Amino acid sequence: MNARTRDPVSADEYLREIIREMEGESTAPAARMTVDRRGFLKLTGLAGGGLVLAFCTGTPAEGAAAASAKDFVPNAFIKIGRDGTILIYNKGPEIGQGIKTAFPLIIAEELDAKWSDVVVEQAAVNPAVFGNQSAGGSRSIPSSWDQLRKAGAVARSMLVSAAAATWNVPAAECTTRDSAVLHGNRKLGYGALAAKAATLPVPDAATVKLKERGEYRLLGKWYTGVENRKVVTGKPLFGIDQTLPGMKFAVYEKCPAVGGKVRAANLDEIKKLPGVRDAFVIEGNGKTTEVMPGVAIVADTTWAAFEARKKLRVDWDESAASKDSWSELVKRAGELGKQPVGATTTVAKGATPEALKAAAKTVESYYTYQFVSHAPLEPQNCTAWSHDGIIEFWAPTQTADRALTTVAGALGVPVEKVKINQTRVGGGFGRRLMNDYVCEAGAIAQRFAGPVKLVWTREQDMTQDFFRPGGFHALAGGLDAAGKLVAWRNHFITFTTDGTNPVSGGNLPEQEFPAQNLTNYQLTQTMLPLKTPCGPWRAPRSCSVAWVIQSFLHELSAAAGRDHRDFLLEVMGEPRLLEGGLNTGRAADVIKLACEKAGWGRKLPEGHGLGLAFHFSHAGHFAEVAEVSVDANKKLRVHRMVVVGDIGPIVNMSGSNNQCEGGVTDGFSTMMGLEITMENGRVEQSNFHQYPILRIANQPKVEVHFIQSDNPPTGVGEPALPPVAPAICNAIYAAIGHRVRTLPLTKEGFSV
Amino acid sequence: MAALKLRINGKEVSTDVDPNTPLLWVLRDSLGLTGTKFGCGMALCGACTVHADGNPIRACSTPVSTVVGQAITTIEGLAPSESKLHPLQEAWIEHDVPQCGYCQAGQLMSAAALLAKTPQPSDADIDAAMAGNICRCGTYQRIRAAVHTAADKLAKGKSA
Repeated sequence: MNARTRDPVSADEYLREIIREMEGESTAPAARMTVDRRGFLKLTGLAGGGLVLAFCTGTPAEGAAAASAKDFVPNAFIKIGRDGTILIYNKGPEIGQGIKTAFPLIIAEELDAKWSDVVVEQAAVNPAVFGNQSAGGSRSIPSSWDQLRKAGAVARSMLVSAAAATWNVPAAECTTRDSAVLHGNRKLGYGALAAKAATLPVPDAATVKLKERGEYRLLGKWYTGVENRKVVTGKPLFGIDQTLPGMKFAVYEKCPAVGGKVRAANLDEIKKLPGVRDAFVIEGNGKTTEVMPGVAIVADTTWAAFEARKKLRVDWDESAASKDSWSELVKRAGELGKQPVGATTTVAKGATPEALKAAAKTVESYYTYQFVSHAPLEPQNCTAWSHDGIIEFWAPTQTADRALTTVAGALGVPVEKVKINQTRVGGGFGRRLMNDYVCEAGAIAQRFAGPVKLVWTREQDMTQDFFRPGGFHALAGGLDAAGKLVAWRNHFITFTTDGTNPVSGGNLPEQEFPAQNLTNYQLTQTMLPLKTPCGPWRAPRSCSVAWVIQSFLHELSAAAGRDHRDFLLEVMGEPRLLEGGLNTGRAADVIKLACEKAGWGRKLPEGHGLGLAFHFSHAGHFAEVAEVSVDANKKLRVHRMVVVGDIGPIVNMSGSNNQCEGGVTDGFSTMMGLEITMENGRVEQSNFHQYPILRIANQPKVEVHFIQSDNPPTGVGEPALPPVAPAICNAIYAAIGHRVRTLPLTKEGFSV
Repeated sequence: MAALKLRINGKEVSTDVDPNTPLLWVLRDSLGLTGTKFGCGMALCGACTVHADGNPIRACSTPVSTVVGQAITTIEGLAPSESKLHPLQEAWIEHDVPQCGYCQAGQLMSAAALLAKTPQPSDADIDAAMAGNICRCGTYQRIRAAVHTAADKLAKGKSA
């Protein structure tokens, strides 16, 4: 392992930067080039008489396979063959969010392509050509919307010009539809126009007319995933499926308590085991997001490597390793939570202490939620091969663009010597925003001749994660005589690794609802030291704090004896845009529709209840109503979840619905019984028997409705998840009068 | 190490492996059949589900020596031919079931074993047969719908 060649950036800072990037506030993109709109698309000649219009760079599109003389390659995203086949390159990582279908649909819409003419391939990882090539923060659609539309529109404009020149008519008189240009009764397919279009000048992307929403023919309909057939026939799509000639298989063992170093290991014994090719210590650079110290074992099969790992004995130096104890942290937070205010003040708006004193009624509550793991079903893995002066990777990563510079820095090689091939990803959920497993595979490949596939065991994947942090909230709310919410106080107890900033996903920003909706709002914070790595987990921060905020609001409305829908709408207030993007009008619209669809206020059988919650995150406004029943033994059944979201216009209705359905299942699964605990720095859950992800029998019926407002389209991978837990807990209260204040629900005696 | 003869997707194959090696790793690493997935290694998630003489088994926890002489079917062998998919595969595509897709090979193999024995399964039948398969993305609602659709397709195919 070579020394790093760039300024060290702490793992903490790396994680914060990822969050900033995901929230669209990045100041220093790692491997990005700023998109110069004037240089958006530049024409470049290509050998063989074809044409390449490269994005950003002005060089031939590295993303496109070499175009033959018969193809029309208007830019790095599109290649049109003379047979009319339209090849569209998907630049983003497919992690289950459906982007490999959604991105090409956006291009095809502006191109006016017939969807059945379109073939999709994965683009090369080259942010200089494609711009952003990551999947996080539900940012894919909003951050690439204009870029992809223009890529399609420029190509369409050139095809129209080619047809107009052929017919000798004004381009303005031509229209397009279903991969063809039309003029009167005349029609020329894109395939027939390809050669001619290739000879024409490329229009400035800034001047190309984009479609009005009413002109859309493709977007908003129901499309099945472009790789579905490959998925259901078992084709080698995923990172873990990559196979190279002569490839060997590796495991990498790190200290079970994060931060431990290798003092010694029985390498000689391991090397003699059947099927083992090599075993060696990797010192690492001490960054959890890159390479921590450990022992690599390379073997002929994954199984041989796993078996050898069982016999590996490492003497760990744990002097600097984590000693974190969840049970101790819970105790300390409980003590701290007795204080109404914390060590630092985030927001002090109005006169909260006085308002609480003057309130007709006050409610105080203490909420606790757990650490959770990402547990994507495809364990972390990466294939790496050091050859011909470069290191090449086949990586199931959410941040292929960032991986280039991260890996180069970690391995001490120039970024030009790193090549990353993007594979399909067997579940992201935020875990693969970090590229530690890619760096590890690279560190092993630097020491071993030939291609190596590193695979983590499930136990490693579950215990060596960047966890969604747990947290604690000591809340007080005040109601006036009319039952109106007049004051809100929150002492938020969270964690810090660097002593200055909250851990990734463990912050509560000053703008968070209902800060801007109330006159008296006080938010203070106390941080407990922590070494356990934390990171973004599906809807970071929102995935936990929405439960607290929306549950406590329901406590308050119940204390006021008021209907929760009315109470929530009153807190939301008049329609207006708040800092951070929450639009109270859009919020009210989704709340009202969710209640309408769920039959809010109807009479329910004994033991049944409806619960409502709203949350705004990732630019999405979502309201959800849960219908549950709870029996005398606290056995919970979630019968139905109504999801109403406003994310602007929908790109793919099937994909968007699927994300919401999955968000409900994930949200319910996580709140129900999933919990990561650590003692003496060691995570106590190792596999699915201790981490009971929801099974099919407990799947609620999910109904999804979208309000397709005239706002820019935004992402849907995350924002449907945060309202799930509070909606279910509010429904439990409605059903049996029990207020859940600790997650997971198993902590309070519930089961499914 | 031992030379073993296996019958996989209708073909006889020979492989030289430690007889205790789980079938999963023989399929994936020795035979290049990577459609069967590694998820947990403890028969907890069902991602590695294959058929042995028609019965769904967890390949990650099945020593390869124990399936010698049995007919093994993997996801690569579920479709009758390259051009003709199994009705479940068709239904999975129509319902757009997959999100990340990683669990779906195992889901399909469990569902195929169910339909082979119970051509018109109730929801309770589906719950029982699919209980061993985790979908981390949460596609259960579509899985259930797709199983029912496939059952209908099979019934129509037989009556036609």
